[in-house]
Amino acid sequence: MSGTALDSAVACYVLALGDDALVCAQRLCEWATRAPAIEEDVALMNIALDLLGQARSLLAYAGELEGSGRREDELAYLRDERDFRNCQLVELDNGDFATTMARQLLFSAYQFELYGALSSSTDERLSGVAAKAVKEVAYHREHAAGWVVRLGDGTRESHARMAAALGTVWPFAGELFEPAAPAELVAAGVAAEAPSLQGPWLSWVTSILSAATLDIPTVTWAPSGGRHGLHTEAFGYLLAEMQHLHRSYPGATW
Amino acid sequence: MTPAEEVTRLAAAVEDPELPSLTIGDLGILRGVAVDEGGHVDVNLTPTYSGCPAVEVIEHDVRAALADAGWGDVTVWRVLSPPWTTDWITPEGRRKLAAGGIAPPAAVAELAGARAAATAANNGRSAGGFGHALSQPVAFVVRCPHCGSKDTEVLSAFGSTPCKSLRRCRSCAEPFDHFKPL
Repeated sequence: MSGTALDSAVACYVLALGDDALVCAQRLCEWATRAPAIEEDVALMNIALDLLGQARSLLAYAGELEGSGRREDELAYLRDERDFRNCQLVELDNGDFATTMARQLLFSAYQFELYGALSSSTDERLSGVAAKAVKEVAYHREHAAGWVVRLGDGTRESHARMAAALGTVWPFAGELFEPAAPAELVAAGVAAEAPSLQGPWLSWVTSILSAATLDIPTVTWAPSGGRHGLHTEAFGYLLAEMQHLHRSYPGATW
Repeated sequence: MTPAEEVTRLAAAVEDPELPSLTIGDLGILRGVAVDEGGHVDVNLTPTYSGCPAVEVIEHDVRAALADAGWGDVTVWRVLSPPWTTDWITPEGRRKLAAGGIAPPAAVAELAGARAAATAANNGRSAGGFGHALSQPVAFVVRCPHCGSKDTEVLSAFGSTPCKSLRRCRSCAEPFDHFKPL
């Protein structure tokens, strides 16, 4: 791959990872003032802040590689749906608290494996972001695990809700392990090999579900397409809220 | 004192905007200083957490401190590699944290050990009631910075800032922040 083509491919990959973190952070922010307890409000906002920091680093890097002058703000606030490369899992409506925790369990566990692998990426910028992020998401996945266990191994009501929540989000996990980068990027050691992350991910998630007395849901459909700009109906509303201010007042600062 | 040593001393003395009288030297986030013959200064800082909102304030404060001492031509670099770890907090930093009512971080190796033990035991059991001790499969001893008791419990892994978790002492009943090992 030529220099420019390589830069472009890396930019595309880094953008996907940045979009994952950005969209998840945006969803988590919707829990501000609404979480079940104030400690949980603080926890979710802290997790969102970690993710937003990762998104900023990744989006800024993608913008530099792209080389057309777009920085983190232009990328976050001025792209349309079809140009976002996040997985569909993170754009799903929060639903009830169990649904959010189910999503966080699957996503944080994925990020843990992903950033773990990317800590040794041959791309120095990416490995720098990943080596820092993997330590943060270790706390994120533990937090989700704690709730999934408490709710799953809880009352009849909490167990039923947690099982339903898992059923809602589980099909979207498949997309996480589809290739997110061209083979050349994986071969060059820049990108992680997404399919290979599934084994360790499933092993850890299974151990948590087992403690939570929850079964792995039967998957009857395989949603996909986020990496190619194909998003769910919910995503449009998320972008509208996230981008409204920036689009209404272009160039505003305070 | 060489110019680089003077600049390092000035930069290291800049205080963290959030933590009680801790300097960035105490925190271990000042990663290098270079001064060239023309008097241009490069300062390398490393952020603590990816989303730490204090990073920009600290960078500004470093530039201001150096400008006050006559070093006007300064570039502050944000260096991600190697990633910051709480193990880099100096003993003086730990002493200041404890004096300020924040339990200093356990060694990262201790956290890793606790996580490994939890995985081995597959003990994802919750602890406490709703809204209180949010469970983590990680339990290690943190002393209460108020009374010194080891009988403390975690209320939430995420406290007043991204770097801290919220704990409560079962001996003196006071809540306190614990600087999380990272």
